[in-house]
Amino acid sequence: MSQTNASAPTTRISAFLLMVVFVTLALSFVALIFAAYALDQNTEAAYVLMLLGVIGVAISTYVLYQTRRRLSKLKIVVPPVLTTLECTACHEKYTREFVRGDYIFKEGEKCKKCGGRTLITAIYREVKDKEKDKMPF
Amino acid sequence: MCSEGEFVNPTAALFNVQNKVTAQFGSDNVSWVLNILFYVIFIVFIFYGQRLQTYVMIREVEGSLYKLKYIKEEGRKITIETIKEIGKPQTDPTSRVDRFLEYFTIGPQNLDPAGIVWKLEHILDVRDTRFKDEVKLMAPAADETQTNNLENTLEAASALNFIYKVIRHYYLLGKKTLSLYVIMQIQMILPMIMKEAEAYASALKAFAYGQPIGDGAGALVAAKLMHGYETRKVEKDCVVATVPFEGRTAFVIKAEGPGGNVGKPGDAVKQVVEENEGKIAMIVMIDAALKLEGEGLGEVAEGVGAAIGGPGVDQFKIEEELVKYHIPINALVVKEDVGDAVSPLRKEIFDSIDTVIERVKQVVSERTKEGDSIIIAGIGNTIGIGQ
Repeated sequence: MSQTNASAPTTRISAFLLMVVFVTLALSFVALIFAAYALDQNTEAAYVLMLLGVIGVAISTYVLYQTRRRLSKLKIVVPPVLTTLECTACHEKYTREFVRGDYIFKEGEKCKKCGGRTLITAIYREVKDKEKDKMPF
Repeated sequence: MCSEGEFVNPTAALFNVQNKVTAQFGSDNVSWVLNILFYVIFIVFIFYGQRLQTYVMIREVEGSLYKLKYIKEEGRKITIETIKEIGKPQTDPTSRVDRFLEYFTIGPQNLDPAGIVWKLEHILDVRDTRFKDEVKLMAPAADETQTNNLENTLEAASALNFIYKVIRHYYLLGKKTLSLYVIMQIQMILPMIMKEAEAYASALKAFAYGQPIGDGAGALVAAKLMHGYETRKVEKDCVVATVPFEGRTAFVIKAEGPGGNVGKPGDAVKQVVEENEGKIAMIVMIDAALKLEGEGLGEVAEGVGAAIGGPGVDQFKIEEELVKYHIPINALVVKEDVGDAVSPLRKEIFDSIDTVIERVKQVVSERTKEGDSIIIAGIGNTIGIGQ
């Protein structure tokens, strides 16, 4: 049972911040255009302008990306919880998604293989661990 | 000025301006300006550096506060929806839930600490009864298991509400006073607080759906040991089963499941010890314990002492019995972090249960004789775990 929250998070992005980002972006593009014009006349100045333009575009894109990331982090994500049923007669095990009312040692539905009585023997969630840090400790 | 329609090269215009500036002030003057600018910035940082740092910290706390507000609102929403779904109330429970979220408990006065445990126990009992009554009023159609689960859900929502309010307090105070030291207090512990808040957020869903949580590791061990044997209720909200175990008689104790409940294992252990007139060769307690960073999830560790958390009342009662009858006590813990303790049971923790049972067998067979009576107490919230 995996639940992700679809509702909009109760947060706001500062209009001032957005304005600064877009102005920086616009100025950076202007610098890049200037750099393109200056390339044949003054190469040194063209490189400086190009550097300024690239840095400006990179910073403003990064800030925009961070703002988006902060919004997406505001979701409560619960990984799926699984229920394992075991047949008391043939010991066949099968796993399904957790449904409300399940608990460990509760009698489950009939066995799909032999029609016998099943028992819920496990309820757990599996989390895929992020790649472990290459720390020597 | 250019004539109309004439193409103006913007770069040429820019260099023209630059040349004019250099001609006017000279390149030495430009370096002077830069020098002065550097000193101005240096002086500004000397006098206003701390204030700038305060602003940066305030921004950081503000970001976390938005997240906390969202989590808190979600928690409240989930709680109200669950109450409506399970409890089928006649009236809208929103106002009652909002009131519940603001409940507080005042601990006993400790100027004279003698007898404080019983005062604390009484206050906790009153709190528990009050919470249960409130939940029954909010959700009249809920059965006992669901009532316990709803109580846990409300407590998690209440904890989130409290965390949000404390952080908001320090944020506003920091903003009002612009004191680095006010805002620094909260900024330094913010990562730990956020981790706890996220843990409560996932706990909310586990409680609302009645899923077993990491804290139930001890209860799960006891449930596995007593499954198939007759159980009887003991004080308070606990069950005990008499189980043949490695040639000994084991009294296996756990909180009564599958509703969200920790019971009062202190009272249960006391009752079983008294019923056996103190003739108990050993008590083994199993609980979940907070792991340190770097320790593996689900690692099993062994030691001595009463392995039980909470406010300390149950630990006190168990220790009283141990001293009275000179009973040795051993403890086994399953390592997990705060997030795993209150969120749905991780597979690693579930897989460690068999290891714990093997270790209990080892401890019991090494330290007691055949025919002895022992107590095995599985401590923790038994939500989603039957017996």
